[in-house]
Amino acid sequence: MFFNPFSKDNPVVVQILGICSVLAVTAKLEPAIVMGLSVIAVLAFSNVIISLLRNTIPTNIRIIVQLVVVAGLVVIVSQLLQAYAYDVSKQLSVFIGLIITNCILMGRLEAFAMGNRPWPSFLDGVGNGIGYTIILVVVGFFRELLGSGTLLGYQVVPQCLYDAGYVNNGLMILPPMALVVVACIIWVQRSANKDLQEK
Amino acid sequence: MENLNIFIRSIFVDNMIFAYFLGMCSFLAVSKNVKTALGLGVAVTFMLVITLPINYLLQTYVLSAGALSWLGPEYAEVDLSFLSLIVFIAVIASMTQLVEMAVEKYSPSLYASLGIFLPLIAVNCAILGGSLFMQQRDFGSVWTAVCAGGGWGLGWLLAITAIAAIRERIAQYSNIPGPLRGVGITFIITALMGIAFMSFLGIKI
Repeated sequence: MFFNPFSKDNPVVVQILGICSVLAVTAKLEPAIVMGLSVIAVLAFSNVIISLLRNTIPTNIRIIVQLVVVAGLVVIVSQLLQAYAYDVSKQLSVFIGLIITNCILMGRLEAFAMGNRPWPSFLDGVGNGIGYTIILVVVGFFRELLGSGTLLGYQVVPQCLYDAGYVNNGLMILPPMALVVVACIIWVQRSANKDLQEK
Repeated sequence: MENLNIFIRSIFVDNMIFAYFLGMCSFLAVSKNVKTALGLGVAVTFMLVITLPINYLLQTYVLSAGALSWLGPEYAEVDLSFLSLIVFIAVIASMTQLVEMAVEKYSPSLYASLGIFLPLIAVNCAILGGSLFMQQRDFGSVWTAVCAGGGWGLGWLLAITAIAAIRERIAQYSNIPGPLRGVGITFIITALMGIAFMSFLGIKI
């Protein structure tokens, strides 16, 4: 249950949830990692809270209750980031706020936390958060490496390559290329797991 | 003129899907045929046009720093901006519920065709994203907010209808490698459309 979301049941490339932020925050590796950690924290704790409340929430207003719980946690995360990591929170701009409407959260709350006890819900939240972070980091890694020749801000492509005529691929910085990178991950992943392919 | 400019920019240059990738989840999930895509697009446009001005008024007169000064000088120091996320999402969720009830009562046929999409809209990032961009950009008046909302909505509608039309054809006529079928190829098409939409950069009226 904890390891499934890493690959076989990955929230991004298999369940196709939470795509917006994968595409928008991955031009550099650092914001991608911060975003992943924020989502892990929010997902784990909102899963626990909703799981504790699951028997007291009336079904027809459950979406609003879930949104309020998630929004409260996201406000905490966003204030923490503004206090301790101001530069990154500026780079992430609206996307921290958009964790509220990240479909992974609603999806896991609806599909898992509403019907399970707090401890399994916590594990499910952390597992799915890590699965999401893996994709973010992979996409961020390739986009920063190919797009600006750096990783976490440090130059990795050596100067002699530039002297020999190597040029950074500026296209990788543009948002549409994130889609292509995700599509390549899907391609690799579905070639390995044949049962995931659509007919 | 300024508002018209913002309206056009919001449709083409700042397109929610191709420039910001907001609302991708429903964009990918509900774009298998044109008719349902069109229905969801109309619903999203409608919600953006309603919620953006409401959130703009809340932002200007209640939430931002010093916004409460109309209550009296002793409130001029109050800064409630940390509450904006919760207030925005509460407005969006309750408006969705209200619109759902109103449509159900007055137009059952529209409800039957839109019904399942309306609850989905509360968690569509494009709608919350619209409000958050509004907060970042300091719009001049409530009309600007209406124009931007309408533009973003129409841009989203345009994008989802176009991708649905392409996906209908692709499913019928082309032979895509197995692992890319369905979602994979949709990602790549969206990327190509996004690159095409970049040619609108810098448009001004």
